[in-house]
Amino acid sequence: MGLYTYNSTDIPKSERIPKLVENLYARMPEIESARAVLLTESYEQTEDEPVIIRRAKAFRHILENIPIVIRDLELIVGSTTIAPRGCQTYPEFSYQWLEEEFDTVETRSADPFYISDKTKEELRRVNGYWKGKTTSELATTYMESETLLAIEHGIFTPGNYFYNGVGHVTVKYGEVLKIGFSGIKEKARCQKAKLNLTDGDYQQKSRFLEAVMISCDAAVTYAKRYAKLALEEAQKCPDMTRKKELLQIAQNCANVPEKGASSFYEACQSFWFVQQLLQIESSGHSISPGRFDQYMYPYYKEDIDSGKITREFAQELMDCIWVKLNDLNKCRDAVSAEGFAGYSLFQNLIAGGQNEDGIDVTNDLSFMSIQATMHVFLPQPSLSVRVWNQTPHEFLIKAAELTRTGIGFPAYYNDEVIIPSLVSRGLTLQDARDYNIIGCVEPQKSGKTEGWHDAAFFNMCRPLELVFSNGMDKGIQIGPKTGRVEEMKTFEEFYGAYKAQMDYAIKLLVNADNAIDVAHAERCPLPFLSSMVDDCIANGKTVQEGGAVYNFTGPQGFGVANMADSLYAVKKLVYDEQKVTMKEMKEALAANYGKGLSEEDVAFLTAKIAGSMKAAGQTVGEQEISAILKTVVAASEAPEVKTKGERILKLIEEVPKFGNDILEVDAFARDVAYTYTRPLQNYRNPRGGIFQAGLYPVSANVPLGAQTGATPDGRLAYTPVADGVSPSAGKDVNGPTAAANSVSRLDHYIASNGTLFNQKFHPSALSGRKGLENFVGLIRSYFEQKGSHMQFNVVSRETLQDAQKNPEQYKHLVVRVAGYSALFTTLSKSLQDDIIQRTEQGF
Amino acid sequence: MNDYLKTKGRIFDIQRYSIHDGDGIRTIVFLKGCVLKCRWCCNPESQQYEIETMLVQGEPKVIGRDVTVEEVMETVEKDRTYYRKTGGGLTLSGGESLCQPEFAAALLKAACEVGINTALESMGCAPYEVIEGLLPYLDQYLLDIKHMNPKKHKEYTGRSNELMLENAMKIAQSGGTELSIRIPVVPGFNDTVQEIRDIAEYTKKLGNVRRIHLLPYHRLGQDKYEGLGREYLMKDVEPPSNEKMELLLQAAEQASQMECQIGG
Repeated sequence: MGLYTYNSTDIPKSERIPKLVENLYARMPEIESARAVLLTESYEQTEDEPVIIRRAKAFRHILENIPIVIRDLELIVGSTTIAPRGCQTYPEFSYQWLEEEFDTVETRSADPFYISDKTKEELRRVNGYWKGKTTSELATTYMESETLLAIEHGIFTPGNYFYNGVGHVTVKYGEVLKIGFSGIKEKARCQKAKLNLTDGDYQQKSRFLEAVMISCDAAVTYAKRYAKLALEEAQKCPDMTRKKELLQIAQNCANVPEKGASSFYEACQSFWFVQQLLQIESSGHSISPGRFDQYMYPYYKEDIDSGKITREFAQELMDCIWVKLNDLNKCRDAVSAEGFAGYSLFQNLIAGGQNEDGIDVTNDLSFMSIQATMHVFLPQPSLSVRVWNQTPHEFLIKAAELTRTGIGFPAYYNDEVIIPSLVSRGLTLQDARDYNIIGCVEPQKSGKTEGWHDAAFFNMCRPLELVFSNGMDKGIQIGPKTGRVEEMKTFEEFYGAYKAQMDYAIKLLVNADNAIDVAHAERCPLPFLSSMVDDCIANGKTVQEGGAVYNFTGPQGFGVANMADSLYAVKKLVYDEQKVTMKEMKEALAANYGKGLSEEDVAFLTAKIAGSMKAAGQTVGEQEISAILKTVVAASEAPEVKTKGERILKLIEEVPKFGNDILEVDAFARDVAYTYTRPLQNYRNPRGGIFQAGLYPVSANVPLGAQTGATPDGRLAYTPVADGVSPSAGKDVNGPTAAANSVSRLDHYIASNGTLFNQKFHPSALSGRKGLENFVGLIRSYFEQKGSHMQFNVVSRETLQDAQKNPEQYKHLVVRVAGYSALFTTLSKSLQDDIIQRTEQGF
Repeated sequence: MNDYLKTKGRIFDIQRYSIHDGDGIRTIVFLKGCVLKCRWCCNPESQQYEIETMLVQGEPKVIGRDVTVEEVMETVEKDRTYYRKTGGGLTLSGGESLCQPEFAAALLKAACEVGINTALESMGCAPYEVIEGLLPYLDQYLLDIKHMNPKKHKEYTGRSNELMLENAMKIAQSGGTELSIRIPVVPGFNDTVQEIRDIAEYTKKLGNVRRIHLLPYHRLGQDKYEGLGREYLMKDVEPPSNEKMELLLQAAEQASQMECQIGG
């Protein structure tokens, strides 16, 4: 039995919501310059002050002057840009990439942004100030040369925090709702009063607390500007209904977030200001609302019980917040934009689950959170649900109904794995039970953690390439010399070499992350954010300096399935069965199994040959180079190379793969995942916390796969690496239960920064109540076997049409009809058309 | 003592995560060999008992393998967690499982003995004694009734329907298993309101039936005919429309006065 009773019935959508959505998406998002200009103005005036005070004053200067707007029909206000879905820039973290992309950012394919000439000019002017002053520049100087080399060669990429703010946090929204920023300011004031000015750390602590107070005031000032604007607009408004709404908005903004919220409506507005202002203070993404259904509930309950609001109006307010979460935006560099495509800010909001005492606390707002996503149907928030043995069945059915729409939400999380996993990392049981999810899949205890989740993407395939090249990449020694691969006598020796390459690369990854970590603490400590994370005020320092109760760094590895399949194939084919020699394998990989090399690889091979010719005293002119180039291309596509490649690919095809419920292979995969997760947990970060691994790629498995050569699992060069802990695309041929069984055999506890398991379904699998029941049963079964996370793509007509055109990307898509099943891509065109027809019929 | 675990039989596929053939998430074992030769059959490779070769995407594939009950159960066991959460289990399908009575009984018994729910998808085309022998181990019987007219039945499936209809009555009266009736709705064969109504009325007479399923014809098995070097006689038949199915569903509901649904 849970703590609350709940109402699970559907609530209709207000007419306001589609109009808000339409307004929001009326045009391409735009980059604005106000924040960068104001930030720079403030910095120019505070050069002789401590950095923490400079940050606070800049925050205040921005909030006092940044243009504000109330959009048509809004009930919840606060916009970071005048243009809908626009974004500000954050030159204190990095700015060069944007200047370089000024002329292409509007026309690029992934997440384009409009930028006016005037904005370009203003940004160019203020960016000049930031040369040599950014976190990314400082981080670079903190990195060792071999670390920079590893990054340059794509072993891992710490790009996220290297060029941006960190974000990835859930603050104490509940405390702001309760005591307001006046209350938080008072806490800082009291703490400051307790300091003794002769204390050794008095200077740092007192300045930090002062910065907190300035930031709290700044937030209140900003809200009051909105109160004033709403009042002015109300006075001008001819429509009486809207006038009334504007007057209410004015009153809300006058009260919150300065004071504690006195109604559900005020709580919604207060929540929103926190969410928005965190995003103005720093550019990080994945600032996650977390357990919205919990901290908002007392306000909802009181208003419903007293008859102050209706359930319908409460839903409308939540829907408005859901729309607003899509008003926040972020412009990333062109490469990152591809990795995070979809303008996503990963503001993860989670519903359901247990409280810190271990009692289920699913409530009305948990259901209404799912309802809001059904109503708004936009990419934000990233909606998640917590699942455990006592999760109400109806709640999961409602979640499954949302999954069935094909929106890709919610993601499902397993309390039974995540809680003990967090406890093993030092959280108290109570804190662990109250976890929420940050960004994609990363668990943390809200308001107490600086988790540095998503700290880097680590490509587990690249170290294997280095085993085959004895540590060389593009002619440079970037990994340890683990010996000539042809001479490795046993599989253990070969596997040992992989582990050695992994260990080395992981060390460099730690070096990179810690360099960036220190740079953020030195140049961009965040007083406003820190005012809402325990125990920063008590400790007198920011989260960037280690002020939080729990500190982690969580870089994520990806390619587990490829490495499991690759190492297993080498073990079987080269060592156990001796069907392929290591030399043949090495040559096949270098030649991409005869399937052609990229221009870059061809250019490199050409340069290499030209270099050795020069070294041998031969003249190498343009003519010779072009001849070498032709030879290289011809050689890589020669018939005998193709034939050899085909033969080896065929042998690899027959080796069992991860994802098919084969104990031996799955046990092997579990061990391979340890090559990343185990060494990492031995390292510490500058905030006094430890490293913890995640196993998920966001969508970086595609762009980073493009930089990865062929692998012994039969994966061709430049193609995507497997997604999260999911089996390699098309390799799991025994259906979803078999794949889930395999994935559950990985150790999800040690990957305490999160694992990601993605499954694709044809809508027929979820049709009717029975379909939903079976779907929920599938999730519960995977979770009973101790998987950590599951998310689903329910394919649409469009997806199936795409699968007709690009069958190689959909090889694993199973279509099931009573008494019949087939892989979609193996059907003839006309039968595929039948299936597409049935997709719409839903049976 | 556990000799039945060594019983051998011939199957052509095991399909896990089956969700349209019985309750919950199920594993279907497809037994090879059938008594009928339905023109619309989506698994034509099931019809012949002999092991054969079918071209699948141009590559020859051997269809049919001989296995013991024990071997099959090893795969069936793998999804036990899913059965438990959804009320699923093992489903025997075919072909017609009753063509391999000993093997079918042993499979059902093996599942039953270890607490796995069992279902059988079959036309009931065998001497009733054979069916009777399975009932102690069978939780759900998904019985096909394709047509009430013996002549038309014979024309389209190769056999008349008397035995099957008789068995349907006996199964219902035995009370030994939960019975559902499945009607493949095939345009040109049985897709008129009258034909569906006739079947539904007979189902009502059976009594003791949980539900009627109307399974819309699909031609997804078409490629397999080509792969077997056989002609697909229903090339020009379009799957029934949604509207048609709804109409027939209403007819079935009215005539049977029981729960009816489209799909498995």
